[in-house]
Amino acid sequence: MQDAERIAAQAVERHRREPSQLLQILVETQDGIGYLPAAALTRIADLLELPRARVEGVAGFYSFLYTEPVGRYRILFSDNIIDRMLGTRGLMESLCRRLEVSPGQVSPGGEVSVDVTSCTGMGDQGPAVLVNGLAVTRLDEARVERIASLVRAGTPLAEWPAEYFRVDDNIRRRGSLLGDDFVPGAALQAAMVRGRTGWLEEVRLSGLRGRGGAGFTTAVKWMACRDAPGADKVVVCNADEGEPGTFKDRVLLASQAERVFEGMTLAAWATGARQGLLYLRGEYRYLLKHLRAVLALRRAAGLLGPRILGEAGFDFDIDIHLGAGAYVCGEETALLESLEGKRGTPRIRPPFPVTHGYLGRPTVVNNVETLAKTTLIALQGGAAFAATGTPQSTGTKLLSISGDCAYPGVYEYPFGVTIAHVLEDCGAHDPQVVQVGGASGVTIAGHEFHRRIAFEDVPTAGAFMVFDGRRDPFEMARNFVHFFAHESCGFCTPCRVGTALLKGYMDKLASGKGAKMDLADIEWLDRLLKNASHCGLGSSAPNPVIDTLIKFRPAYERRLVSLDFKPAFDLDAALETARRMTGRDDPGAHLDWREEV
Amino acid sequence: MSDSMSLPRVRVATTSLAGCFGCHMSFLDMDERLLELAKVVEFDRSPLTDIKHCGPCDIGLIEGGVCNAENVHVLREFRRNCKTLVAVGACAINGGLPAQRNHLDLGDCLQQVYVKRDGIEEGGVPDDPELPLLLDRVHPIHEVVRVDYFIPGCPPSGDAIWKFLTDLIGGRTPRLPHPLLRFD
Repeated sequence: MQDAERIAAQAVERHRREPSQLLQILVETQDGIGYLPAAALTRIADLLELPRARVEGVAGFYSFLYTEPVGRYRILFSDNIIDRMLGTRGLMESLCRRLEVSPGQVSPGGEVSVDVTSCTGMGDQGPAVLVNGLAVTRLDEARVERIASLVRAGTPLAEWPAEYFRVDDNIRRRGSLLGDDFVPGAALQAAMVRGRTGWLEEVRLSGLRGRGGAGFTTAVKWMACRDAPGADKVVVCNADEGEPGTFKDRVLLASQAERVFEGMTLAAWATGARQGLLYLRGEYRYLLKHLRAVLALRRAAGLLGPRILGEAGFDFDIDIHLGAGAYVCGEETALLESLEGKRGTPRIRPPFPVTHGYLGRPTVVNNVETLAKTTLIALQGGAAFAATGTPQSTGTKLLSISGDCAYPGVYEYPFGVTIAHVLEDCGAHDPQVVQVGGASGVTIAGHEFHRRIAFEDVPTAGAFMVFDGRRDPFEMARNFVHFFAHESCGFCTPCRVGTALLKGYMDKLASGKGAKMDLADIEWLDRLLKNASHCGLGSSAPNPVIDTLIKFRPAYERRLVSLDFKPAFDLDAALETARRMTGRDDPGAHLDWREEV
Repeated sequence: MSDSMSLPRVRVATTSLAGCFGCHMSFLDMDERLLELAKVVEFDRSPLTDIKHCGPCDIGLIEGGVCNAENVHVLREFRRNCKTLVAVGACAINGGLPAQRNHLDLGDCLQQVYVKRDGIEEGGVPDDPELPLLLDRVHPIHEVVRVDYFIPGCPPSGDAIWKFLTDLIGGRTPRLPHPLLRFD
């Protein structure tokens, strides 16, 4: 335990005893010990002069932080519906059998634990797992067998075949962003020639809207931050790409990191910010080294740091913060809380981050893709950018396409493209359902494939999951409901309880014990979640259920037993213990389901 | 003859399952308004009438959760006969105090009470067929039958029950204003 305290103390000192670095301190402490023992938490609380409960509260919030020992090899299967369709469940059973361990349990010797986790952003090359936080892709039976023997032999991860950790970009269609060769610094130079005001005017002309889902106008956000009182402004890049089925930011960070960082610098030029933070989701930890290397290159080239490109008064640098497995942190105010080293509980807005953001300072929070797009505006001008797309959705959109199609990957289209067009391009042969925008998005049925990807029609943060005739829309919705119940931050009752109840109803239907009454209750719960939740997680959690209940109602109805009401449990089986204890088997010792009313 | 006398009277049944009769006591706390109620209501099966089985009714009021096979039979009888079934009080809605045993194994419970307890000489779990068997867990009533309305409280006050019933009988969607809506 003294070792644990020493490791914890070192992590605290590396972060200069800064309480806002608590999450990073916990991540690093866990890296050193394997988990977060109580003594380490106590030591961290003492050194940071924080209440012990505050530290434990943060440690308990994030899925990838463990306050109990876990296996020396920690294997987490991505549990998104797409991974499941690729066979994760069978592979997980196989791995557990080979390692003689049950899901969610640590093996007796402490060597290994196997469990599931929310979508890891590898839908184009799944089934995927995280091994000690690092992504392993394209799992199959052979790979599972090999992994089992590597684990049994205790082979360090560094000696595992590098091929296992290969993550492909799978860029299938290039538009103005992905098709363009980018010279680092060129966009920045172009924007600086225009001056800070002139640059912001170009962004306004471009009509650029946020690519993270909400679609807020970028120029308005930047102007509000620039005009907010306070000299210590901040630019935050939201790379917490947790929406199931989304992986386009992963590809941008892997292949276009220069553009993303340059976009952040462009935002700093517009707003006068001096500090930049990139919040990287824990699942993309494997990108950390690469991103830090790019940052170092940009500093060396004078594109970051004091006096950028020789301009007096233009000082800006970027730090990377690592998340630890919490979908809700993709919501911008939860992300700010997390950056401040707290639990990822969304804040009440207003005030908005542009006036009261990171540590109460005026803050711009933009999605990875949005920031990358600003480099195009700097190079081509706002009008040229606005020439593609639709009137309210200018430019192009990256789609992360996965599921039942021949060519999963990242596609760049001008806004306004029809869903049918996209389906044809990605080689979807028998599409029945498309889930656009991830678990919280829109369920599109066949008769709607003429609809367009645009804020005016079907908005999306980028996920595009294809389901063919073999799939069951009910199971898709149920998978998403489980996801939301797991990811609810627990702060507000409608979401914490509502998502759990919804999960209970969906499971009841799945087990063949549903009745008409349950559909009415589900619809009531949908309304409650939508109207009473504290943030977008709760209010969008029922979306897949609402949509599938309207568009695929028979998928629900065929699961119902034709009764007014059906209990979720077997009443007669519930008497079994008492029958055994009393040795009775008379008619009075049984409950007949045929008498159910 | 007053108007209320010319209308057919509303038939109400009440019962207590795994409860303490506290909700029924609270029902009596309506005091003199009971006379008011009696003008528009007649009682079917209820501890107030001692009628043993329920006939067709307009409203069924259920106190208590479901802890044994007999509770299931009674609850089903009420559901079959009552147009509107109401869960009254914490135990009917959440299982309440009896559900405190849900985190214990029923077998261990019975052993502890009837076999191992100090002072028991010839222990044994009662096995008379007259006695209803215990379910392994105590359930709120809405997990066993469809329930139309819920009156929270432990117990709900006489005022709350009065407000609820007069709303229901008057054809208004029952609505408990803030002071009456409580969970303790």
